[in-house]
Amino acid sequence: MTQAVIDTTILAVLAPFLAAVLAPFATRLLKHNAAWPLALIPAWIFLHFTGFIGPVSDGETFVASRSWAPSYGINFSFYVDGLSMVFALLISGIGTFIILYAGGYLKGHPQQGRFFSFLFLFMGAMLGLVLGNNLITLFVFWELTSITSFLLIGFGHLRAASRRAAIQALVVTGGGGLALLAGFILIISTTGQIEMSVLLQSPDILRDNPLFVPIFLLILGGAFTKSAQFPFHFWLPNAMEAPTPVSAFLHSATMVKAGVYLLMRVHPLFGGTELWTTVLPIFGGATLLVGTILAVRQTDLKLMLAYTTVASLGLLVMLIGTSYERALEGAVAYLIAHSLFKGALFMVAGTIDHEAGTRDVTKLGGLRGAMPITFAAACLAALSMSGLPPFFGFIAKEVLYYGTWGAPNAAMALTVTAVVGNSLMLVIAAAVALKPFLGPKVETPKHAHEGPILLYAGPVVLSVGGLVMALTTTASGDLFVGPMLSSLAGERTTVDLPLIPAYINAPLILSIITVALGIALYTQIDRLRAAIAGVLTAIGWGPDKGFDQFVAAIVSGSTAFTRVVQNGKMQTYMILTFLATAVAVLAPGYLADAWPAMPRWPDYAFYEWGIFLIAVLGLIAVLIAKTRLTAIVSLGIQGFAVAVIFMLFGAPDLAFTQLMVETLSVVILALVMTRLNLMPRDHRSTGAAITTGAISFAVGLGLTLTLIAITQQPFDRTLSDFFTEYSRSIAHGRNIVNVILVDFRGIDTLGEIAVVTLAGLCVLALIRVRAPSLKRKEPEPVSKPEVKQMEAA
Amino acid sequence: METGLAIVIGLFFAVSVYLMLSKQLVRMLLGIAILGNAVNMSIFLNGRLTREVPPVIPADLYVPAEVTANPLPQALVLTAIVISFSFFAFLLVLAFRAYQEVGTDDVNEMRVAEPENDPLPPQGY
Amino acid sequence: MRTVIFRTIAPYLSALMVLYSIFVLLRGHNEPGGGFIGGLIAASALAIFGIACGVASVRRAMKIHPMSLAGFGLFIGTLSAIPALFQKQAFMTSQWLEFRFFDVDVALSTPLVFDIGVYFVVVGAIGSIALALEERESD
Repeated sequence: MTQAVIDTTILAVLAPFLAAVLAPFATRLLKHNAAWPLALIPAWIFLHFTGFIGPVSDGETFVASRSWAPSYGINFSFYVDGLSMVFALLISGIGTFIILYAGGYLKGHPQQGRFFSFLFLFMGAMLGLVLGNNLITLFVFWELTSITSFLLIGFGHLRAASRRAAIQALVVTGGGGLALLAGFILIISTTGQIEMSVLLQSPDILRDNPLFVPIFLLILGGAFTKSAQFPFHFWLPNAMEAPTPVSAFLHSATMVKAGVYLLMRVHPLFGGTELWTTVLPIFGGATLLVGTILAVRQTDLKLMLAYTTVASLGLLVMLIGTSYERALEGAVAYLIAHSLFKGALFMVAGTIDHEAGTRDVTKLGGLRGAMPITFAAACLAALSMSGLPPFFGFIAKEVLYYGTWGAPNAAMALTVTAVVGNSLMLVIAAAVALKPFLGPKVETPKHAHEGPILLYAGPVVLSVGGLVMALTTTASGDLFVGPMLSSLAGERTTVDLPLIPAYINAPLILSIITVALGIALYTQIDRLRAAIAGVLTAIGWGPDKGFDQFVAAIVSGSTAFTRVVQNGKMQTYMILTFLATAVAVLAPGYLADAWPAMPRWPDYAFYEWGIFLIAVLGLIAVLIAKTRLTAIVSLGIQGFAVAVIFMLFGAPDLAFTQLMVETLSVVILALVMTRLNLMPRDHRSTGAAITTGAISFAVGLGLTLTLIAITQQPFDRTLSDFFTEYSRSIAHGRNIVNVILVDFRGIDTLGEIAVVTLAGLCVLALIRVRAPSLKRKEPEPVSKPEVKQMEAA
Repeated sequence: METGLAIVIGLFFAVSVYLMLSKQLVRMLLGIAILGNAVNMSIFLNGRLTREVPPVIPADLYVPAEVTANPLPQALVLTAIVISFSFFAFLLVLAFRAYQEVGTDDVNEMRVAEPENDPLPPQGY
Repeated sequence: MRTVIFRTIAPYLSALMVLYSIFVLLRGHNEPGGGFIGGLIAASALAIFGIACGVASVRRAMKIHPMSLAGFGLFIGTLSAIPALFQKQAFMTSQWLEFRFFDVDVALSTPLVFDIGVYFVVVGAIGSIALALEERESD
């Protein structure tokens, strides 16, 4: 392959973002038919990645890179190997049909263009995620998928349930993303490597790391939240609030698989460690069982599928967690099969909903005549999901049973879990694919008929894909499963996927048990559903409810905190501020024992002592002033004393300025104070006076000590000497202070006179403006009908 | 030599903080006026003290003959005095207008921006 | 406050103060003084005039609003920074023009212009604050 082709990968990742910009315009122009030209973009991306199939199956890997923030080692760097190639093919391939499907599904929707845009944004983010080589790039795309899925799930943002689902997905997956970032940063800082491809070349780089456990847990936090592992599974079914194309894309093949992708990606680095083979199978197995049991309880087609997706993700995590080669092979094969059949089934569910007006399985039946193509696609996909021959799902299941049966640890537990889970999945597959179509015709809210080609193209192609991949099993194994498995194993691996079992072995027997158990359970589905519902009602609490309680706790907790810290009482703010000031000035001295040396008795002349005394007397007089006139005069006294102090220590300019300012201050204070009353006494209680007095004393003491400490340090006069030396020779002025003001530091002064002007303007505005009364007014409540209207829309 | 003035400045700070911790608007304003002086003097003090020799070059020389007071903090403080005065005038008028509009000079009763018994934020989505 | 003596003296006192403020402003580059101090003295002159004779008569005497003085000051202050650009020097680098005028050495410079700008800003801003507050007092 030429470098140009490899570099086109970067363009392929960016192309969906470009499409996101174009989509609204195209939709305005072509209405729902814009789906056809828009689908060309993912189709082109798919074609681009098919070019990699040959070389990658020969064991080659590719890196395409553009610098982004090179000083931090952060690059737009993309890595194509078996794993990322298969994912890229799935994303772009399924994405093509999702775009078409969205064209039919949201036909006539006023925001269809926006929807296309969001879908493309998500597609780009997802491609960037699976191809991302640089850890930071990977993280950025990871969070982008969270954000874009927030937009997609919240697409119907006028419904509260939709908003809740969107926020929930964002909080859970975004929060996991932050854990992931922390994990990545730990990896980068302990190994010094930022490129995944480099890390993968030395698989032991993390195993001896002292921070192995925290890194592992943080990365697991990211993967488990994204891939909806128990107990973080609840966001995925809630995300079914999204329009069906979103569910078919995000919650079958892409977003939720991101966590699985990450686990597969880091398998060479973490796989086989004790922690890995303990934690992953436990959580994966639990998720599998919880997911399937909850799926049986549902009657909504999409929710049933959503819970089986949770279950499938659990199964994948469990298999990856064994680190046993055949189990990994099973995981890889199952992942591909699942993406195909689950995408198809979601689209089928959406089509039924779209055409019949409901997706409640108890209200559907006998649609086979009205929707034959959809029915056929549903059957093909459901057979693959049930793991029956001759579908790819069957091959995957055979291999994974082989994997669990032969797993080095806890083989029996894994196998039983897998069998129970798979048989329950068969129940769901039958319920989704058979129940709505077979049996007597049931009256549905809408008169059902076959949807347009835009709606059935996707399910047909994907479900047939599951069949084709099985029939060409050798090629599938060599081209997709093998290369992907090589990425997981960290070395080149070939696979042998038998379509027809050569002889009767354990996996085949397990398959037969699964099917028998599944059929038995399907006949009892109503009783099963009622039983599970009873148990769940008895428990009465789940992570979903927990999320609400968590959010409510955050809101009320922060409200309570705000009520304490920002209680609207100015005094609290002031006390906190000055308490912090006191601590800030006193703490360094206390902590570092950096008190100033005991100063000598200062040798002041008597008049200097005198002026200090006058200043202090002025202060005390302000403090105890009983009438406003006393207060103003005392304020003047301390101000004039300050002017004299400036004068005594060689600052005539300051003295003059201070004098003028004090005069003007007294004048304007007198003018304003005739209106404002000064209480004869400071109405502080003795206790409050002591407390505030102590704070004031601490601030004053701290600042005095700081000043003494500063002045005991040697003084650097460089700057002052510069000004003194050049004031006359280059600035032609003998008053150095004035020269600094208008020449050396002229721009400062320019800013300052601008401030003075502004202050003047503000005073004028304040005096002139006659604001409407600020007396307390109740906010007008939003009228009830308006709220209802918003809910209904 | 700086120590004595440092103590005086500390007193300025303490008195201004004590006044600002009052809930009466007028006292807070007095505190702010004193705070301005305290800060100006600390800047001045940090440039070290020199007695009675202003930083002015005699007419027949190009550089001062003896060590003068440090001109740099003086330049900084000079603008600071004028600005703190404008600022003080602004605050004064602000306080006065607030008193007129709200009808109280007790800062704890000025609850327009943060009303008492503010309703809880919405808990829904 | 409005005694007859005060009201009679105030205009002359104010005029003297303004004159003195200009003197302080112009000598500022070489002796203690300058735009800030000069401006404050002139603003006090306005305030005294206002207290004695009422704000209305100050405004009549001034003809223009003091805030426009501040605006003018800011304007020429900024303007004084421009000539340096024509000399391809950094913004606000001082420029000097020295010549003899009837046997007197005169030195015109951009810092002087700038200092005059400072003077006007201080007179205008502080003066209008003081006048505005006095006006509230009288109404």
